[in-house]
Amino acid sequence: MGGNSRPWLMLSVSLSGSLRSAADDVESIQIEAKTIRELMWKIVERYPRMSQHIDEGIAVAIDGEIFRDNWDKVIPVESEVYLLPRIPGG
Amino acid sequence: MGNDTSYTDQKFKVIGTRPNRPDGLDKVTGRAKFGADMSAPGQLVGLFLRSPHAHAKIKKIDTSRAEKLSGVKAIITSKDLPDLSNGNQGTLDTLTNCMARDRVLYDGHAVAAVAAVDRATAKKALKLIKVTYQVLPHVTDVDEAIKPGAPIIQDYVFSGGKNGEPKVPSNISQTTQFGHGDIEAGFAEADVVIEESYKTEQSHQGYIEPHACLANVGSDGTGELWVTTQGPFVYRSVCADLLGMDVAKLKVTSSEIGGGFGGKTHVWVEPIALALSRKANRPVKVVMSREEVFKASGPTSSTSIDVKIGAKKDGTITAASAALRYHDGPFPGIWGMLGAMTSWACYDIKNVKSVGYDVLVNRPKVAAYRAPSAPMAAFAVESTIDLVATAIGMNAVDFRIKNAAKEGSLASYGPTYGPIGIGPTLEAVKKHPHMKARLKKNQGRGMACGFWFNFGGQTCVDLNIGIDGTVSLVIGTVDVGGSRASMGLVAAEELGIAYEDVKTHIGDTASLGHNDMTDGSRGTFSSSMATIFAARDAVKVLRSRAAKMWDIPVDSVVWEDGSAKATGKGHGNLPPLSLKEIAAKAPTTGGPIAGHNEVVADNAGVSFASHICDVEVDPETGATKVIRYTVIQDAGKAIHPDYVEGQFQGGAAQGIGWALNEEYIYGEDGRLQNPGFLDYRIPVCSDLPFIDTQILEIPNPNHPYGVRGVGETSIVPPLAAIGNAVSNAAGVRMNHVPMSPIRILKAIDDAKG
Repeated sequence: MGGNSRPWLMLSVSLSGSLRSAADDVESIQIEAKTIRELMWKIVERYPRMSQHIDEGIAVAIDGEIFRDNWDKVIPVESEVYLLPRIPGG
Repeated sequence: MGNDTSYTDQKFKVIGTRPNRPDGLDKVTGRAKFGADMSAPGQLVGLFLRSPHAHAKIKKIDTSRAEKLSGVKAIITSKDLPDLSNGNQGTLDTLTNCMARDRVLYDGHAVAAVAAVDRATAKKALKLIKVTYQVLPHVTDVDEAIKPGAPIIQDYVFSGGKNGEPKVPSNISQTTQFGHGDIEAGFAEADVVIEESYKTEQSHQGYIEPHACLANVGSDGTGELWVTTQGPFVYRSVCADLLGMDVAKLKVTSSEIGGGFGGKTHVWVEPIALALSRKANRPVKVVMSREEVFKASGPTSSTSIDVKIGAKKDGTITAASAALRYHDGPFPGIWGMLGAMTSWACYDIKNVKSVGYDVLVNRPKVAAYRAPSAPMAAFAVESTIDLVATAIGMNAVDFRIKNAAKEGSLASYGPTYGPIGIGPTLEAVKKHPHMKARLKKNQGRGMACGFWFNFGGQTCVDLNIGIDGTVSLVIGTVDVGGSRASMGLVAAEELGIAYEDVKTHIGDTASLGHNDMTDGSRGTFSSSMATIFAARDAVKVLRSRAAKMWDIPVDSVVWEDGSAKATGKGHGNLPPLSLKEIAAKAPTTGGPIAGHNEVVADNAGVSFASHICDVEVDPETGATKVIRYTVIQDAGKAIHPDYVEGQFQGGAAQGIGWALNEEYIYGEDGRLQNPGFLDYRIPVCSDLPFIDTQILEIPNPNHPYGVRGVGETSIVPPLAAIGNAVSNAAGVRMNHVPMSPIRILKAIDDAKG
């Protein structure tokens, strides 16, 4: 553990479907983030090609609950986090 | 922001009642103004010239003779529409769909538009426009489009490359995979494995009101658009983006809407109407014909789906997989991906995989249609579920209950489910009297389940209290199914006043902050949340005004039953002040009384439904009659049960039409053969039984009243429920939707050998 690391905020973020191709085809990534906003920043920092998906819209499932716009949402410790494409409705 | 959206088990006085809708009288007397009902002084008529070819290069468009015709005020081609997309392919695709650029990509694709003083002149002008085409090879079938050698629709679409890198020009614009576990190991464990292939044909939302708008752009760059739409704010952003206008200078007002179901979430003729008006410096009205709606708006995908399910004899599904090919029209979409995401969502399966393919073809751009992509996937999956249940000798409902997803199940599309409602809908099916009703000769019963995601989104509400104490509520989601009545009930509940004292209006884009599209079953979920908070905001003001009138601290004032009541030592003998009394004194206690709220209504919660259907199949003609139909779905809390039932019934009715009759039929030449309601048959009243409904009310933990969106899920199960019923009635498994008389008769004949 480095001095600045916050292992209690380390998340395992699973990527679904088309999002994997923008993240070197990995199924999940380990990342530190307290909120959805911080998660988005850090993902783009690590995988710049994710920015297009995020611009087009993305959804974040936290413990099965799907968030699309509320980037202030605090991600609870040890949550299951899943990134999904933003889905349109009819 | 900052309001607690959690469910609170509030006790209701008016929520759950069934008052008349505020727009009812307008709609039955013809006073309601729809898209085509608005006029402006000096308005012109806008008409479109459309491609007669499925795929062709535009070599030349000569508008010179049309321009010289007296009464023609403006002609638009793609030359008048510069690419302002700044490299955004999606934006350029939207513009290209509104007006073809170098190629036409489907029968009906717009190539030019005319604004003239009257319809006759505009029609004459269209005939004078000379377009020189070089016809190109086309493909309209989803399976043909992915075969080697198929005509390539878009030269910027590639597939096969790692990490999205270009590799091979292709009509597959996207391949997406979902699932978990070890599929092969799961199938190896199974006692029974069933594989089937299915096809569903393209259908249209079939809204009775065609697309229509009145555009009015001045020489100062300021414009107005009156339009039938599910999202005036989104239309404003998209039109401004395409035409290089400032968002704040374009005011969009949504008319009454005569149906949308997803088809009015995209722009079609509206940007062109604005461009015509800008060029002519006159108002321009555009009303699509039904033929244009069929050919050049946004129907759903046709699909081709392979399903494989393995199960043990005890009823446990050990593995399931699906390959789902959905056509997108000529531009990349995400419809195959959505099919893959929704296909197995009803079930808890240890080993599961779905692969979605988005395929380009020379048909109109696909748009959302009520729970987009889910009905076709459900048709394939739920039909196969029935086959597996039969093969292992288990009741089909019990088989579904045994494998139904529940809290803690890993959803096939990724996350772990929280509390979900498919179990209760299936238990309700088992107990429903419909399941015990006796069937006659040639009749059969089927049931099926369906899933949809549901969303919330950005939402904004204004609540203004008039000097007489009546309330004007302005919401930004469009009333597609009775939401003005529901929002009136919510405001009345929170304020403690009569429903009749609230009038709900749909705001235009100049009167409210941004509201997202009215889609994703979000209207009532989101706007009721904002209305609750706006009303509570107004109550704070009402309490402060009462405190001022009494000259006591505001903390000594509570709001109960529509009145301010003084509490605490020394104030208890003050008679309550009603909302009307406080409103009457507003001018001298601080001015207008209002409440306001902006909310990102997120985390709407997923939705499930189970349907039961009885049909009678005439073995001589293959014609199917639906004789009984029941919808069971969780609404969380039904604010106005009539409109929840209406959504359930409407979805089922559309699903019945899709299942039995509706289909786009293309000729060898790639042209649509049936662009009208005579040849594309949607169900009418005499085709349908009374559709029974059972509303389950399992509170949504993420809404103060427990509301869950209900608008879309009810279209997901019908294709499969009817397929299963037809199979039980006629003894033939129908793998192709629509199950038209011709297809059923052929299946019966084939079965006879």
